[in-house]
Amino acid sequence: MSTKEKKIRVLIAKPGLDSHDRGAKIVARALRDAGMEVIYTGLRQTPEQIVETALQEDVDVVGLSILSGAHSTLFPRIMQLLKKKGMTDVMVFAGGIIPEEDVPALKKAGIKEVFGPGTPTSTLVEYVKNNVLK
Amino acid sequence: MQVFLTEVTEVQRLVQGVFRGEKRAIAKTISKIENNEPEAQKIISLIYPKTGKAHIIGITGPPGAGKSTLVEKLAKELRNRKKTVGIIAVDPTSPFTGGAFLGDRVRMQDLSTDDGVYIRSMATRNHPGGLARATKDAAHVLDAAGKDVVIVETVGAGQSEVEVVKVAQTVVVILAPGLGDDIQAIKAGQMEIGDIFVVNKGDRENANKAVSDIEAALELNTEERDWRPLVLKTSALTGEGIGEFVESIERHRAYLKKGALDVQRRAKAEIELIEALKQKITQSIIQDLREKGEWVRATDRILAREIDPYTAAENLLKGKTKTS
Repeated sequence: MSTKEKKIRVLIAKPGLDSHDRGAKIVARALRDAGMEVIYTGLRQTPEQIVETALQEDVDVVGLSILSGAHSTLFPRIMQLLKKKGMTDVMVFAGGIIPEEDVPALKKAGIKEVFGPGTPTSTLVEYVKNNVLK
Repeated sequence: MQVFLTEVTEVQRLVQGVFRGEKRAIAKTISKIENNEPEAQKIISLIYPKTGKAHIIGITGPPGAGKSTLVEKLAKELRNRKKTVGIIAVDPTSPFTGGAFLGDRVRMQDLSTDDGVYIRSMATRNHPGGLARATKDAAHVLDAAGKDVVIVETVGAGQSEVEVVKVAQTVVVILAPGLGDDIQAIKAGQMEIGDIFVVNKGDRENANKAVSDIEAALELNTEERDWRPLVLKTSALTGEGIGEFVESIERHRAYLKKGALDVQRRAKAEIELIEALKQKITQSIIQDLREKGEWVRATDRILAREIDPYTAAENLLKGKTKTS
């Protein structure tokens, strides 16, 4: 009887203290243009705020943007909190200024993929579409 | 049969979670309704008996008037008064790509870790009228979850996006100075639906002029009404007028409780029934026509300009097997 109307819901979040969100907005816009529902929460979010938002909004994907260098502290904390809330079916990717040598540890913490500066938005869109877990 | 039983259990588990106010259960339930999943109707039927307690406030007004910012201030003031709050913030879906950028939470950051507040962003998914198809049922979910107040924020609305009246008990129209003169204020649509009119950005020049333009337009109401809409001035920036705003909402609530609420509830129940019927009837008719192949035949004939869509629809309804 009913027709399903499932959309991919994505939270684009900026943890930490840096105040540049152009990258995050470009990604949000690209995902929107690819037909996804993108929730944007603005700057300077704590891990608690990000996970709480992901929970209430029932997102399929979380994209973390960071330029401050605090990723090795903040990202594992976010992954921990997601796990604690039982949200292991949420795919998390990251972007921003993240040194190559930090990536393996982040992936081990549960970040599915890390995208550096200059990644074409089309690559990102394809990645999200192909890696949604729900 | 086994599968069916498991499904029912999962639905019941979700609904029980909603009744206990569990956020993940609320989130999943709203998604199922929003995505129109097969169990959505079952969920609504289980939740409905527990609804009707929350005060549902609709917030509407043009883009950029400060709706989301004011919703945050309103929610904080309600929290100070020990009320729990649910918020549904609607933003538009792109008619071109089907995507949406939901940015209302940017203005509500302080609320995101308050356990007494639940916020859900919702895309219209091209439903007309300023709300999504699922907004009303999502409000029911938050009501059943025990929120004292549910705030429904519409998309940045034009003059004719008035669907919020079907959902909310108290409708607040938020305006800002400099949007238009007394002629704009006489026009139909949004100016007819407010129980409360708020001129936000009251710290700006011309705010008093905007208040008096709205007052003047309301003076022209010839229709006899028990409730004369309130007009007030706020500044979400400075916090001016927020207390008065909450008190206005409570005044309207008190007015409704004196009897108007029963009338309003009955009218809303009828609207809900009409809309549910429309959906059901349309769905079942279309499905039936598709199965019989009449759908394709009628569409072909419309395409060939042999018949216009209205006549075709009329003929189909008359139960003619051929669309001639």
